[in-house]
Amino acid sequence: MSAANPGIAVDVAGLARRFGPRWVLKRLDLAVPAGESLLITGPNGSGKTTLLRCLATALKPHEGQIRLDGDDLWRARDRFRGSIAFVSHATRLYEDLSARDNLVVWARLGGLPVDADSLLRRVSLPVDRRDPVRTFSAGMRRRLALAVALLKTPRLMLLDEPFTALDPEGRALVGAVLDDLRSRHATIVLTSHHPEEAAPYCTAAAHLDDGRIAWRGTPAEAVAKATP
Amino acid sequence: MIVFRQIGAVVLKDLLVELRSPTRLSSLFFYAFALLLMVAFASSTTDVMRRQAGGVLWIGLLLASTRSFDQSFQAEHDEGALEGLVLWPVRPVALYYGKALANALSVSVVALALLPLLIALYDVNMRGDVGQLVLGVVLGAGALAAPGTLLAGITSQARGASALLPLLLFPTVVPAVLAASRVTTLVMEGDPMGQASAWLGVVGALNLIHWTASGLLFRWVVEDA
Amino acid sequence: MKFAWEHVVGALGLVLFAVGQYQGLFVSPAEREMGDVARILYVHVPSAWLALVAFTCAFVAAAGTLFTGRKGFDALLEASSEVGVASGVLLMITGALFARPTWGVFWSWDARLTTTAILVLTFFGVVVLRSLVPDPDKRATWSAVVTIFAAINVPITYYSVDWWRSIHQMRSDAEAMSGSIRSVLMLNALAFLLLGTWLIAQRYRLARAHARAEEPLPLPREEAAS
Repeated sequence: MSAANPGIAVDVAGLARRFGPRWVLKRLDLAVPAGESLLITGPNGSGKTTLLRCLATALKPHEGQIRLDGDDLWRARDRFRGSIAFVSHATRLYEDLSARDNLVVWARLGGLPVDADSLLRRVSLPVDRRDPVRTFSAGMRRRLALAVALLKTPRLMLLDEPFTALDPEGRALVGAVLDDLRSRHATIVLTSHHPEEAAPYCTAAAHLDDGRIAWRGTPAEAVAKATP
Repeated sequence: MIVFRQIGAVVLKDLLVELRSPTRLSSLFFYAFALLLMVAFASSTTDVMRRQAGGVLWIGLLLASTRSFDQSFQAEHDEGALEGLVLWPVRPVALYYGKALANALSVSVVALALLPLLIALYDVNMRGDVGQLVLGVVLGAGALAAPGTLLAGITSQARGASALLPLLLFPTVVPAVLAASRVTTLVMEGDPMGQASAWLGVVGALNLIHWTASGLLFRWVVEDA
Repeated sequence: MKFAWEHVVGALGLVLFAVGQYQGLFVSPAEREMGDVARILYVHVPSAWLALVAFTCAFVAAAGTLFTGRKGFDALLEASSEVGVASGVLLMITGALFARPTWGVFWSWDARLTTTAILVLTFFGVVVLRSLVPDPDKRATWSAVVTIFAAINVPITYYSVDWWRSIHQMRSDAEAMSGSIRSVLMLNALAFLLLGTWLIAQRYRLARAHARAEEPLPLPREEAAS
C-alpha cells in the first residue's frame, strides 16, 4: 500500500443502535484520524463489539451517522466494504475446508490475489497441512481468520479482542501484523479487555462505557487506568 | 463483470465444501432412494408402480432436497461466514445465484443417479427420449433449488425454523413438482401424444420466474434492513 | 380513547350476518338440485371472498413493508394473514362438507381447491415463521419476503393445476344460481366482509400495541457535554 492510499478517517456522530428494546450504543461520538491505531477498552456489555460491527457495516445505525473520509458509510457501504477488514469473534471460516482452501476460497470471492504459502507462514500456520479447520485449536483458527482478513490489504482494520485465546507467540504475531498495517498507514480500531497487551501497538485509546465514549487518551493512560 | 465472477466463486466454494464433506450429497441420495424403495414395497401391482415412477422420483427429491438446502446454509452459520460474505463484500445477488446454482447442481446429480435405479426397480419400459428426460430432471431441479435457496436462507437464520422449511417450500413448488413429474412420467411412457415438450416449457417458465423473483428478493434476507 | 371506527363496521356486519344466516337457513328456498345441503354455501362462498380479501391485504402489506419499511404494514400483514388462514380453513371445511353429499368426495385436486390449500398453507407458514423470529425488523422483512414469494406463486399454481386437471378432465363447477338465492348470498357476503374488516382492524390494533410494547424507550436526552 503506498502513501497515496492511506488509511481511512473515521467520524462517528451520535451513533445509536439497539437490539430489540435495549439501546446498546447511546449517541456515541468518536473521531479516528486516518492512520491512527485506536485501542478501545470497556466493560462487558458496554457496546464494543456493537460499535465495531457498525463500523464494519454489519449493522445499520438506528440513529446518528458514521462517515468514512467524509462519506456516509451505510449508504456507500458497497464501495467501502472492500477496504474494511473485520476480525471478529466469529472466525468466518469453513470448517470442512483446509486452511489453504479457506484462503483460496475467500480470495476468489473477492477477486483478490493470494499467495497462500506466504500468508500461512506469516501467521505461523503449517503450509502443507490438509486437515480441515474443524480440527484446529481456537488459537489456530484465530490466526487463520487474521490471514483471511489480510487478503484484502485493508485501509481500515477492525479487530474485536484479537489477543484473546492466543499464546504468547500468537499475540506477538498479531502485534507484528498490527505494526505492519500501521507502517502502511492503515487506520486500526481494536478492542481489548487487557490494554497492556494491545498498548504497544496503538497510538491512541478510548474507554467505552454504557454505550458512549467516556474517556479519550493515550494507550499508556489506558493501561494505568486498568491496573488497580 | 464482478457479479458473474462472484457467482462463479460462490458456486466453486459450495461445491468445494460439498466435496470435502461428502455426507451431504450421499445423504441426499439415500434419503430419496429410501423413499423410492418404500413406495415400491407398498405398491400393489407392477402396473401401479410403473405409472407412479415419475411422481415418486420427484417426491423423493423434494423431501431430500429440503434437507440439502438447509444444510447448504449451515456451513455458513457454523462460523458466521454468511455475514462475512456480505461484508467481504459479496453482492447478495451473487451470493444467491451462486448458492442456488450449486444446490440445483446437487439435486440434478442425485436425480440423474437415481434415474437408472428408478427404471430398474419400478420396471419402467423406457421408451421415450432420454434427452428430454435429462432436461426435465435438470429443469425440475432448478425449479426446486431457486425457491429452496431463498427460503432456506430465511429459515436457517431463525432459530428452530429449519423444520419450517418444508412447510414454506412445498406450497411454492407444487407447480414445479407437478410439471417435472409429468415430464418424467410422459417420457417414461413413450409420450404418445407428444405432450412432454409442452410440460418442459412449463418447467422452463417456472424456472425463469423463480430464479428472477428469488434473486431480487434475496437481498432482504441477508442484509440488515 | 380514540373511537374505533371498526366497531361500527363490525356491529353492522354482525346484524347483517344474523339476518343473512337466518335467511339462508330458514327463509330462502332450498336449492333445486342440491337441496338443503346447498345452504352451507351461504357460509362457504362468503368465506372465500373474505379469504381473498385478506390475502390481497397481506400482499399489499408485504410490498409496503419491503418498500417503505413502515411498521404499520407489518402489523397489517400480521392481522390479515391470520384472518386469511382462519377464513381459509373455514372455506375448506365448509367446502368439504358440501362436496361430500353433492359429488361424493370430500376433496378433489382441481385448480381452485389446490390453489386454496396452498395459499392457506403458505400463510400458515408465515404465521409460524413470525412466531420463530424474535427480532421485529427481521420478522417484518422475512415474512414480507415469503408473502410476496407466495403471491407470485398463486397464479402459477392455479394455471398449472388447471392444465394438469384438464388432461384428466375433472372439474367441479358451482351451479348457476337463481335470483333469490343470489341476493341472500350477497347479503351474507357483505356481512362476512364487514365482520372480516372488523377482525382485521382489531387484530391490526393488537399487533400495533405489541409492536409498541417491543419498541425501545427513547434514548435519554443529551446530558451536559461530557
